Amino acid sequence: MTAPIRAMLSMLVLALIATACAANGDAGDPTAAQEDDQQPAAAETDVDDDADRAPAAAASLDGAGATFPTPLFQDWIFEYEAEVNPEASINYQSIGSGGGIEQFLSQTVDFGSSERYLDDETLTEAQAARGCSAIQFPVVFGAVTIAFHDQEFDDLILDAETIAAIFQREITTFDDPAIAALNPDRDLPDADIIPVHRSDGSGTTSVFTVYLDHTADNWELGEGTEVQWPSGTLGGQGNEGVTAQIQQNPGGLGYVNQAYALENQLPTARVVNDDGNAIKAELENTTEAAEEAEIPGSFQFDILDIGGEGFPIAGTNWIFAWECGYDDDTAALLRDFWSWAVSEEGDSLALDLGYAPLGSALKDDVLAAVERINIQQ
Amino acid sequence: MTSAPPGRASALQATGAGRYADPLFKWAAITAGVSVLAVLGLMIGSTTADAWPVFQYQGFVDFFVNDEWRAGFSRTDFTGEYGAFSFIFGTLVVALIAIVLALPLALAVSLYITRLAPRRMKGPLAYTVELLAAVPSVVYGLWGLLYFVPTFLRPVMELLSAALAPVPLLGTFFAGPVYSTNYLAAGTVLAIMILPIITAISREVIAQVPPEQVQAAYGLGATDWEVMRKIILRRSFPGVVGATMLGLGRALGETIAVAMLIGGSQRWGLSLFFGGDAMAAHIANTFQDAAPETVQALIAIGVGLFIITVIVNVLARLLVWRIGRVAGDAAL
Repeated sequence: MTAPIRAMLSMLVLALIATACAANGDAGDPTAAQEDDQQPAAAETDVDDDADRAPAAAASLDGAGATFPTPLFQDWIFEYEAEVNPEASINYQSIGSGGGIEQFLSQTVDFGSSERYLDDETLTEAQAARGCSAIQFPVVFGAVTIAFHDQEFDDLILDAETIAAIFQREITTFDDPAIAALNPDRDLPDADIIPVHRSDGSGTTSVFTVYLDHTADNWELGEGTEVQWPSGTLGGQGNEGVTAQIQQNPGGLGYVNQAYALENQLPTARVVNDDGNAIKAELENTTEAAEEAEIPGSFQFDILDIGGEGFPIAGTNWIFAWECGYDDDTAALLRDFWSWAVSEEGDSLALDLGYAPLGSALKDDVLAAVERINIQQ
Repeated sequence: MTSAPPGRASALQATGAGRYADPLFKWAAITAGVSVLAVLGLMIGSTTADAWPVFQYQGFVDFFVNDEWRAGFSRTDFTGEYGAFSFIFGTLVVALIAIVLALPLALAVSLYITRLAPRRMKGPLAYTVELLAAVPSVVYGLWGLLYFVPTFLRPVMELLSAALAPVPLLGTFFAGPVYSTNYLAAGTVLAIMILPIITAISREVIAQVPPEQVQAAYGLGATDWEVMRKIILRRSFPGVVGATMLGLGRALGETIAVAMLIGGSQRWGLSLFFGGDAMAAHIANTFQDAAPETVQALIAIGVGLFIITVIVNVLARLLVWRIGRVAGDAAL
């Protein structure tokens, strides 16, 4: 009897020691391992310091942030590593916009990403943290569309005030006079509307509420990645959750990313823009919206007051990087990857996935911003 | 076989290196026991410390009774409003629905497996039920959201609503409109999830009922039903309560499946068909994109969940103790 017990005991002790050691090793700085990986790589390669546009030979990037562009980022990374720079290794964690900003400010990642730009206060904080300016630039746009349960409502015309009233439960049926006034040619049924929103904190909600807060006078719920929805609305987890809710609840009406509505072939609304045109969310209308928007040099903007052929509810994804503190390889890879991502090659991948690429005028400004990465060495 | 008398070496007494086995084992066991307490203590301590500013900002009692939850977006300050009542209500309602549905079913299943099923079906049946516990909760959530609720539950809910909504008083709990994700949908799927836990333990407890008593009852002419009701269930009552407590614990803390099925509206309503929200579900839903102040408020929900679990457990123990005294049995 003693021998097996002793054997088991020693195994147990060994296992305990092993886990304790492993835990100790991991418990330290999580970036330590990555730095170990990077250092030899940096030592082996001798890339000229001034070779800005040359792809870094072998470097790795860590990024974190918004979930909304994740499918596109993954495609970009896959394509870039396969076709452009096989030596590169880029890792993007979709932890959410809030997390993206946090991780960027605490400098645990090489670049951050968010559906909100950094305001001046945060930029000052960033400056203090790293000792040089943070750079932010937009890389892609996406519209937020209103999708329906019933195919018969495809192309139903709505404006900001009606959408606001629907989500505040002031309009509860499809034959409401406000909707009827916008759609004089339609015979609207006396059916209940079940508004569906995101139950998780999300950049999509932020884009949607920023638009309503700015455009609709009757909107009272404020703006942000989550707001306090009234009773009688439903929440769905993620775009797929909202889509499922819309598809399962007769009378369902919800806001989803354009990419998602396209993929699931959901019937969607035409939304009246600033010029009074009722626009369907097509990709070209989203890029159009971005070109219509006034974009300052600081890239601190929301896509609002869109006229012309632009679809009015659109959001932007920003990338954050620093003007200093990268080693040469990392900086070169950052510059090369992001200027490739907004190139025509990157654009076509974006269009395939239902994202709207930057307009040509904006592209030059963005490329100029990308060049500022690590400019202070 | 008799044990060796004290003071004399036996074959069981270790010699040489084996002498260290006892103290080693003792210390390993003590370390394990203490570390469980230490982890729990650390968790309570650090979460409460993190949540404390929120309780101070919102007011400790107000945090639990206020039903207005408005997330703020400040990185340094508190700007939102944090009342968790809607989530607490949802958590309790969903857990209650799950227990009410799962307990009778679990008892029936365990009685069937232990007493009624043909001998060669017992093993496979027991394994099958326990296999339900191995399914990840996110799979339950997806299955519920995309298949079970729209295909099976929704027609039932609509029937229930149509039939019972006009009844006074009772109608409040069945009032429409019927949303496809609501308290009842989350509670029903949760019932399936806690079924294996309650069944597994009840089955063990029922198998422990002394066969002499069962046979004596049969000898006195009791029927199967009478034996089960008066002997087996009565004898195994404390164990069944323990099983229910474990199931309840899982039901209160279950996160992803509930998050997908409860509705996620941050509100509460009396109707079973209301799309509400629950504590753990809300934490999981909004944690990712929350600003620092809201993260602290979410941690406060976690502390609240812990407090509520403790209260529910204490109440359940008291209930068992009371029933045990009335029934004249030293339950638990």
